[in-house]
Amino acid sequence: MTEMNLVQAIQDALRVEMRRDPSVVVLGEDVGHVGGVFRVTQGLVDEFGEDRVMDTPLAEGGIVGTAIGMAMHGMRPVPEIQFADFIFPAFDQIVSEAAKYRYRSGGEYTVPMVIRAPVGGGIRGGHYHSQSPESLFIHTAGLKVVYPSNPYDAKGLLLSAIRDNDPVLFFEPKRVYRAVKMEVPEGEYSVPLSEAKVTREGDDVTVIAWGAMLYEALAAADSAQVQGVSSEVIDLRTLWPLDLDTIVDSVKKTGRVVVVHEAPRTCGFGAELISMISERAFLHLEAPPVRVTGWDTPFPYTHENEYLPLQHRIEPALMNTVRY
Amino acid sequence: MDGSLNLLEDTFNQDVVRVIRPDGSVLPGADPRLDVEQVRSMYVAMLETRLIDQRCERLQRQGRIGFHIGSLGEEACVIGSAAALHRDDWIFPCYREFGALLFRGFPLQRYVDNLFGNANDVVHGRQMPDHYTGKAQRFGSVSSPIGTQISQAVGFAWACKLKGEGTCVGVYFGDGATSAHDFHTGMNFAGVYQTPAVFLCRNNQWAISMPSDKQTASRTYADKGLAYGVRGVRCDGNDLLATYMTVRDAVSRARRGDGPTLVEMITYRLGGHSTSDDPRAYRAQQEVDAWHKVDPMDRTRRYLERLGEWSDEEEREAKTSIEARLKECVERAEQTNPPDLGTIFEGVYETIPAHLEAQREELLTGPRAPDPHGDKGGAS
Repeated sequence: MTEMNLVQAIQDALRVEMRRDPSVVVLGEDVGHVGGVFRVTQGLVDEFGEDRVMDTPLAEGGIVGTAIGMAMHGMRPVPEIQFADFIFPAFDQIVSEAAKYRYRSGGEYTVPMVIRAPVGGGIRGGHYHSQSPESLFIHTAGLKVVYPSNPYDAKGLLLSAIRDNDPVLFFEPKRVYRAVKMEVPEGEYSVPLSEAKVTREGDDVTVIAWGAMLYEALAAADSAQVQGVSSEVIDLRTLWPLDLDTIVDSVKKTGRVVVVHEAPRTCGFGAELISMISERAFLHLEAPPVRVTGWDTPFPYTHENEYLPLQHRIEPALMNTVRY
Repeated sequence: MDGSLNLLEDTFNQDVVRVIRPDGSVLPGADPRLDVEQVRSMYVAMLETRLIDQRCERLQRQGRIGFHIGSLGEEACVIGSAAALHRDDWIFPCYREFGALLFRGFPLQRYVDNLFGNANDVVHGRQMPDHYTGKAQRFGSVSSPIGTQISQAVGFAWACKLKGEGTCVGVYFGDGATSAHDFHTGMNFAGVYQTPAVFLCRNNQWAISMPSDKQTASRTYADKGLAYGVRGVRCDGNDLLATYMTVRDAVSRARRGDGPTLVEMITYRLGGHSTSDDPRAYRAQQEVDAWHKVDPMDRTRRYLERLGEWSDEEEREAKTSIEARLKECVERAEQTNPPDLGTIFEGVYETIPAHLEAQREELLTGPRAPDPHGDKGGAS
């Protein structure tokens, strides 16, 4: 066990897997000699060489398109998109091609690729360095979407994602990159995909969160506890395919639910979660489900902390839901 | 970059490679003297391609298949280039290369099953007709978005290079696709990494209704390679031997590690874009008539006849045989059931997740659609 932050944990996953499996390669802008703008891939090119850690031209569509081709020929590419805000030139390759390759080819071609991208706000990044676009990919059949909140889960989930034979979007909350350190096992271990984690048990309200907002949800649960409200906080870890059973079990127990996400409100994943909860546990609900989210605007720079659904907005939502 | 001046000269001095004149005679000194059996087998493959196109058009007009997108007029281009690739090279198609797929040994029955989207279709009736896959033939998977195969082919070729295989990837696309995003990124990556990719541009003069001289302000399509450090060459795509020779040279270079080539094959789309398009709406009959005069079928046939290697009788026999096989395949395909309904939920992921099992249950236990296969409308 070693203390690692999120950057170190992700780097360790890449190192462990690249040592174990020679078909794993990393490619993207500035990932090689600079080690990535967040230094996540630092040192990898020195150990594995330029044939396995490739600095690419500036073209997200080309990074993902060529990675798809490599994956089709039996490699396991881990392309990096420098910021999720820049994933859109690759959207066609991801949605039209990677997501559909297995299905449309009768299983003859598969794309075991993991696209890594930093997501989320809280680093004064404004419109184009703060987005959390997970909904767009959850909505696309054939993709898996993973969004860890902490170093331990991130390393374990990335190892699982690289070994998965389907294309995975691996979203890394950049606000957490250096903010959280914890004990992480060295060497191999895995955290399975599609398993949510009950991070805090409680009886009065279920709070569902992921990524950087998990810490805000936990902080809100703490301050709600002081006022006598016991929250059960679920960290989804994998957004899609979803571990709906864990959510439903919790909601059946508490009868109340608050979903927290940075991404804009409308058609955010919270909408889907609440629909699914209504379908499965309607009669158990004691109050309307609530979402605490980013606003339906581009991500603002100056008023960043009024945009993000932080503790100061989550806590009243918990209290109001319980008092309904 | 070393050799960049040579690249510049090569491209701007590039003549169109030609071998066979429209009357079937050979330009002096141009005959590659291929084994005549090989040329005959290429011609028969071209004939098969032409006859399949004609039959598919009739099937669609009769409402028996929903759609067809073919290669009428481009047979020399497709077969000549496919034949020039080695058996262990890979093909990334656009969607007009079923001739290449069959040339590599994909069963005709499976191709016809794909047109009907029946239970024997390799892609389980999931895609429109002519969106097949043939991994056993080292042939890729057809999708509708334009040009996406280009950067994928470059990545695949990159993998071939990293693995030291000595193979190359031939990737097909039309003149229209050179305007698309993935042509740019694919060519750029190929130039930077010198991947063993052969870019096979079927310049068939039309992208639905957009003529190729409005598609780009570039002097030629081959010229576009210069911007990416990729050698560009041109050949008469209606000349089987010119196409074969040009592509064979590009293939040899790629396989031995001398990098990618952009091959502009000049041809003509004699038919519409697909069965959903009527080109009379946007182009003049005189233009079509002029290109009929240089039809690759006639030219190749006359070449063989001049050598005494083909006759009217052989033509009749070949056509009869192809048409009989095709008829049998169509009958069998039409009698085959559609895929099981539940299969639409399979293959989205490696293993079927809970939400799709639930949806499958919901569909199968729910009401059936009155017109389940709705495939008589077609799309472009």
